Amino acid sequence: MKHLYTWGAIFAIVFASVVGDVLLAHAMKQVGDVHALLRRSGVWTVVGRILSNQNFVLGVAAMAVAFFSLLFALSWGDVSLVAPAAASLTFIGNAFAARIFLHERVDRRRWIAAVLVAAGVALLAG
Amino acid sequence: MTFRKYLVMAGVTVFGAAGDSMLSHGMKQAGNVSLHHLSTLFVALLNPWVAVGILLLLAFFASYMNALSWADLTYVLPATSLGYVLLALVAKFALHEQVSPLRWLGIALISGGVGFVAGGEALTSHGHHESPLLTKDARNGAPTSVPAGTSVATGVER
Repeated sequence: MKHLYTWGAIFAIVFASVVGDVLLAHAMKQVGDVHALLRRSGVWTVVGRILSNQNFVLGVAAMAVAFFSLLFALSWGDVSLVAPAAASLTFIGNAFAARIFLHERVDRRRWIAAVLVAAGVALLAG
Repeated sequence: MTFRKYLVMAGVTVFGAAGDSMLSHGMKQAGNVSLHHLSTLFVALLNPWVAVGILLLLAFFASYMNALSWADLTYVLPATSLGYVLLALVAKFALHEQVSPLRWLGIALISGGVGFVAGGEALTSHGHHESPLLTKDARNGAPTSVPAGTSVATGVER
């Protein structure tokens, strides 16, 4: 039963992280290059522009869900299972989601990178 | 890629790794969090390790948002996974923990993945911020040689 809880929490982390990452990446592309913006206007203008972006707010909410799922998962399962499983699955999920929703050109180079990093993370924390 | 942008990427890596490890250490001290006793969660938040970990993760978040404003998600994520390598190296050389051969293999795989993605472009989705004729080389008056792997069509700043 505890096993089921742990994997449920891991999938909750992965799903919420991918949704959050995609929303935040989209929001920051809408806001524009922060370095260029800072040169033109002050810090608070940029911060205000980011905080008033709807996708940013939704992304942060998704990240909060992922964060609390992580806290629950860590209390049920081993950190050596939860952390690598969630991190590697999030890498793969993000590669798919970025291609579909953000229209990033995920070429062979990036697929190889995503798979290598996911495998490496699984080995490292396992 | 400018020096400032490399600094932002380094910030994402270091703050993320430090924040995660402090949070993990703090949650071990705080003990089990139960769905039926949500108050245990708020007690955990009062643990100093957890509190400092959250502060570091806020710094991570600011750098991460900065990076996402000028680079692809599929570029930022692998490039900042070097944080895992950093954690393993800290464990080995600062905490004198045993790092197994399997973990060294993991480090090699992550480094390889980072090398793969870092050789490519940072931005592919909205790559029309800068004209290809105004790349750094051209501005500095150098001959307009295009490095291998750079897409002229998108004219992306590397």
